[in-house]
Amino acid sequence: MSQWIEDIAKGKDAVLFGIHMYGPGVLALIKVLLLLIPALILVPGLIWWERRLLSWMQDRIGPNRTGTITVPDNFPIKGLRGKKQRTAGLLQPIADGLKLFLKEDITPASIDRKVYFLAPAIALFPAFAIGGTLPWGSAYLPFGDAVGGIYSLLTPVANVDIGILYVLAISSLGVYGVVLAGYSSNNKYSLMGGLRSSAQLISYELAMGTALASIVLASGSLRMTDMVRVQEQALWGVLPAVQNWFVLTPFGLVGAVIFLICMIAETNRAPFDLPEAENELIAGYHTEYSSMKFAVFFMGEYAAMFFFSGVFAAVFLGGYNLLPLNYEYLATHGWNFLGQDMGGFWRGMAWFNYWAGPAIFVGKCVVGITFFIWLRATLPRLRYDQLMGLGWKTLLPLGISNLIIVGLWIVATKLWGIGGGWAAWAAAAAVLVIIYLNIASLSKKDEMAFGGRSVEMKDPSPRRTVKMVDPNKV
Amino acid sequence: MSFEVFRDVAKPIIAGFGITSRRLLQQKEKRATIQYPEDRREQFTRTRWRHVLTRYDSGLERCIGCSLCAGACPARCIYVEAAENSDSDRRSPGERYAARYEINLLRCIFCGYCQEACPTGAIVLRKDFELANYDREDFLYTKEMLLEPIRE
Repeated sequence: MSQWIEDIAKGKDAVLFGIHMYGPGVLALIKVLLLLIPALILVPGLIWWERRLLSWMQDRIGPNRTGTITVPDNFPIKGLRGKKQRTAGLLQPIADGLKLFLKEDITPASIDRKVYFLAPAIALFPAFAIGGTLPWGSAYLPFGDAVGGIYSLLTPVANVDIGILYVLAISSLGVYGVVLAGYSSNNKYSLMGGLRSSAQLISYELAMGTALASIVLASGSLRMTDMVRVQEQALWGVLPAVQNWFVLTPFGLVGAVIFLICMIAETNRAPFDLPEAENELIAGYHTEYSSMKFAVFFMGEYAAMFFFSGVFAAVFLGGYNLLPLNYEYLATHGWNFLGQDMGGFWRGMAWFNYWAGPAIFVGKCVVGITFFIWLRATLPRLRYDQLMGLGWKTLLPLGISNLIIVGLWIVATKLWGIGGGWAAWAAAAAVLVIIYLNIASLSKKDEMAFGGRSVEMKDPSPRRTVKMVDPNKV
Repeated sequence: MSFEVFRDVAKPIIAGFGITSRRLLQQKEKRATIQYPEDRREQFTRTRWRHVLTRYDSGLERCIGCSLCAGACPARCIYVEAAENSDSDRRSPGERYAARYEINLLRCIFCGYCQEACPTGAIVLRKDFELANYDREDFLYTKEMLLEPIRE
């Protein structure tokens, strides 16, 4: 049985799936469908998850009724009659979607017609296209460096050499949909939303680029599959039992924090949702959009969140690996536990990790979206100058210094080995912190960071208490 | 400066995450929302909703058809038509009783002035708040709908 599974994995039984017989065109179509269909199915689920989780965090319950099926009284099986099947409101997003698609599509009179109709499509396309280079499973089989197996045939859609550059390019295309929607609507609030969006995305793309560039330097490749593969090596070059996920390395952690903040800004999510700030701009760039066109914007936002989480998972969180453990090393170097030979266990874990790859990757994406929702429930929207200050004055210098330190670390590792590399990294980081503190000491004291303002309650009015008389004693 | 960044940015954000996660993990019963048709909140003792025409313990109607409630009503939504009591057909302890008593709940503002004006405490505003309906005619509450059933 296990031999058969390994055979399938090694591609010997690829005939079983019949995949090898198709030409590259059909194969590409299969890959695209395997990427898009799960994403399209997941989007309503994510909307439900957002609404429920947000409700729970805000002391509410959230939609939990839609999808309750009551078996009718004339049902043939007697035992089931009148029984209720609850689905915790999972059908709510489907009902919402149906409502949106069946609603009247209002088109304002004085719009730029072509651009107005094109904008939702332009917003949706990049959101899905970001997923094009994400590896959903390992192209390499466990135990060996051979490329092969079913996942090497099916994922990613395009294993291009410029994987991460492609992500940056496509994500910056996403702003066109927003800007064109705002421009063509002929509404001042829409236009302001579009303008804010363009300014925001330009500011945060730079910092995102520096964060990714430091990882590209460290991994030595722009190819997404290679970036995940590099993370399977020994941690810090020292601990072979643990995988070198970039979020576990010091420079990777800095890069991950920068990328995370930029990722939220790129997807226009709270606390960076200035383009659609409800209390200032009605709904921002999609004020004039109704029914299906609005639904397309909505879907694009969720797809972008999903695939950006995927990029984060692939670049910083070890992609399709469940735990940062090197099963091959553990299996071959016989970790004995209570006198038992654990080689077989680790071997099994390695194969489980290989087969569950796509599920683990989707799981990481969902965890990323959960973080997005948590942020939305927690943080209020940034002021515009705070947004710009955070992007240009904090994240960009941090990203560039991180990039420089990674460069020094690589050179030092080449010259003096692993120990020398980390020593050089620590020294460079210390020098940068000292420089930063010196510059920071020049700034004014008693000022809140990021231009924050605090209000001092000079004489807080006492809480009014109502004097109650016991009605039974009067 | 770095201290300020921690004090003004990092610390509040971490504290905020703590608040939302505590809300997420709190007991279901503590949530502000309730599952309405199944669970209902207890109403305040002086809640003013739909009118009820009450009876004495003997089963006689309290209403004596004096129309003071109609006079007190700022929305002019009460219509009372009185009729004489006779010993063979006694509805109320007074001389007269309300033959017709109608309230247009579409006009009613639930101010409770009728309750204040009533000399016998016949009309009171109670806690039946689910008054939605499909037709305008159904909001015209007649005496039969308002009158309290006879207690056994």
